[in-house]
Amino acid sequence: MKNNSNSSTTQKDKTRPKDERVREISTFTKVLTRPEMASVGGGVIIFLIFGLTVGDSGMFSALGIINFLEPSAQLGIIAIAASLLMIGGQFDLSIGSMIGFASVCVAIMVGEFQMPIWSVVIITFAIAALVGYVNGILVVTTRLPSFIVTLAMLFILRGAALVVMRGITGRTQAYIEREVIEASFWGNLFGGRIGVDLFNKLAEQGIIDARASDGLALAQGIPISIVWCLVLVVLSTLILNRTKLGNWIFASGGDERAANNIGVPVKKVKIGLFIFTAISATLFGLLQVFSSASADTLRGELKEFEAIISAVIGGTLLTGGYGSTIGAVLGAVIFGVIRQGIYYTGIDADWFRVFLGVMVLLAVIFNNIIRSRATGSK
Amino acid sequence: MPAAKKHTPPTNATKQNTDSVPIMSLKNVSRYFGNVIALKDMSFEVHRGRVTCLLGDNGAGKSTLIKILSGVHQPSEGEMYIENKKTVFNSPRDSLDYGIATVYQDLALVPLMSIVRNFFMGREITRGFFPFYYIDFKKCSEIAQTEMQRVGINIRSPDQAVGTLSGGERQCLAIARALYFGTRVLIFDEPTAALGVKQSAIVLDFIKQARDKNIGVIFITHNSFHAHEVGDLFTILNRGQSIGNYTRSEITRAKLFDLMAGKVTKK
Repeated sequence: MKNNSNSSTTQKDKTRPKDERVREISTFTKVLTRPEMASVGGGVIIFLIFGLTVGDSGMFSALGIINFLEPSAQLGIIAIAASLLMIGGQFDLSIGSMIGFASVCVAIMVGEFQMPIWSVVIITFAIAALVGYVNGILVVTTRLPSFIVTLAMLFILRGAALVVMRGITGRTQAYIEREVIEASFWGNLFGGRIGVDLFNKLAEQGIIDARASDGLALAQGIPISIVWCLVLVVLSTLILNRTKLGNWIFASGGDERAANNIGVPVKKVKIGLFIFTAISATLFGLLQVFSSASADTLRGELKEFEAIISAVIGGTLLTGGYGSTIGAVLGAVIFGVIRQGIYYTGIDADWFRVFLGVMVLLAVIFNNIIRSRATGSK
Repeated sequence: MPAAKKHTPPTNATKQNTDSVPIMSLKNVSRYFGNVIALKDMSFEVHRGRVTCLLGDNGAGKSTLIKILSGVHQPSEGEMYIENKKTVFNSPRDSLDYGIATVYQDLALVPLMSIVRNFFMGREITRGFFPFYYIDFKKCSEIAQTEMQRVGINIRSPDQAVGTLSGGERQCLAIARALYFGTRVLIFDEPTAALGVKQSAIVLDFIKQARDKNIGVIFITHNSFHAHEVGDLFTILNRGQSIGNYTRSEITRAKLFDLMAGKVTKK
């Protein structure tokens, strides 16, 4: 019996007999079960709504687009990290505080101590890695929910940011001179803009809007945070879907015990993800400090929730094991578009959070349905 | 090596065994979980080309024993040897590196992930050059599909999520995976529990084939027919301790059944 079935099925692939119990699933359904599909659909709808209502108001001019893309890209960076961590089965609520703490560190070291920017960047990333490591090691060794461990870290870091800032400057803000940032390659790497000349040329040609005063472009190039976000989303997607590490991240979040039993180094993966999250938060901090030339102890407040919301809108499951960083970035863009769009529509901006809450609910419900489809469970 | 003899009396099987060094052995291993004694002073040997059946009631310590062998748990006391070399497994990864593969009772599959991702979980085949290694999904898919077919399952696509498979199909996936990676020792924790008659027969067949390939097999089952059909050695566990080792020639299926049911507690 066994031999028969084997000999008739030794040829590869197409000649393999069809199993009558499996239903062919259309490409359409396959595409629909991709985790980021909800956010693609949501994004199209959001763009249509604002395109039809406020399309001619300047929201979709070069400057308008950059105005919503820059905060979206910054949010996207931490959303990528939050989404990877969530796929790995954990949360980090200390993202926002890490942004604040990193901003304070950078501003003090550059602004007060006059340290060279390259060294400040390295030191700050090292501090972030340490914070992430502490988060990670606490979560994997105590087996406490990451929710509570990182909530504690949220307060510790925010408090530390205040203590350090006030202790050294006596204020809650610090400033850096713009010339210092612009003179440094590292300053430009995190605070610069690219394509300024190109934009000015486009303005000269009348393709994009120019300033009345000097004829230069209104939109002064593309903020570097957009480049960072794009690089990170490409890298993270490749890692997640194509590499060993990606497989381990999915496995660690999908079923920690199964993954561990079958030889996935779950603890290392999770600690690594916490470190990456803290580093992304620090990158966010650096981008803000160097583009605004200032830091504030309140920087990044509530960003942890915005990052998680973006990830959820982007199709990442709260329970882990499923999601995409492309989705997370699309979630961040939707976030930015709505925030900006509401301003253009003239609707009271207070409605923003109501709208956001509804989006999150819809996204979670949708994700749940998609997940059931994908796994065939009821 | 000689120290183990008092716990595993020489049997026909071990006498016949041309290779007297066990491929893997535990010596006086105990494992405690807090104040619970899961395993006490256990000595156990796995031999090349032999199927050792591990029998005992629920809570007898079978799963703890195999989890020590597969690196999930570390012994609280005692030592483990691989081919007479003292070895410590810090994680299941170490055990797998020695070619010891396990089919866990809970199968260790991730439902949200595809068949091929599950098959190679932790053992991904990669290509590329430093530092750009990526999973060779083409090769992995081919292997997964072929190996699944060997245990009698035709999968539509290796990209199918494991959550969409039936219980039996999932069990076959876990078995196919172990058969592929277990080059030295194969551990089966109730592999036939969720299988139909046909698939059970196939699994038993694969246990025999693994044995013939000189792989050491450990087989946990509650089915005395299955145990008697493939077993060469039988170790009976009760309340965390070994209460007897039998060879195939020493025992009938009916006696085996009684032992498994706990009717006879002494050899």
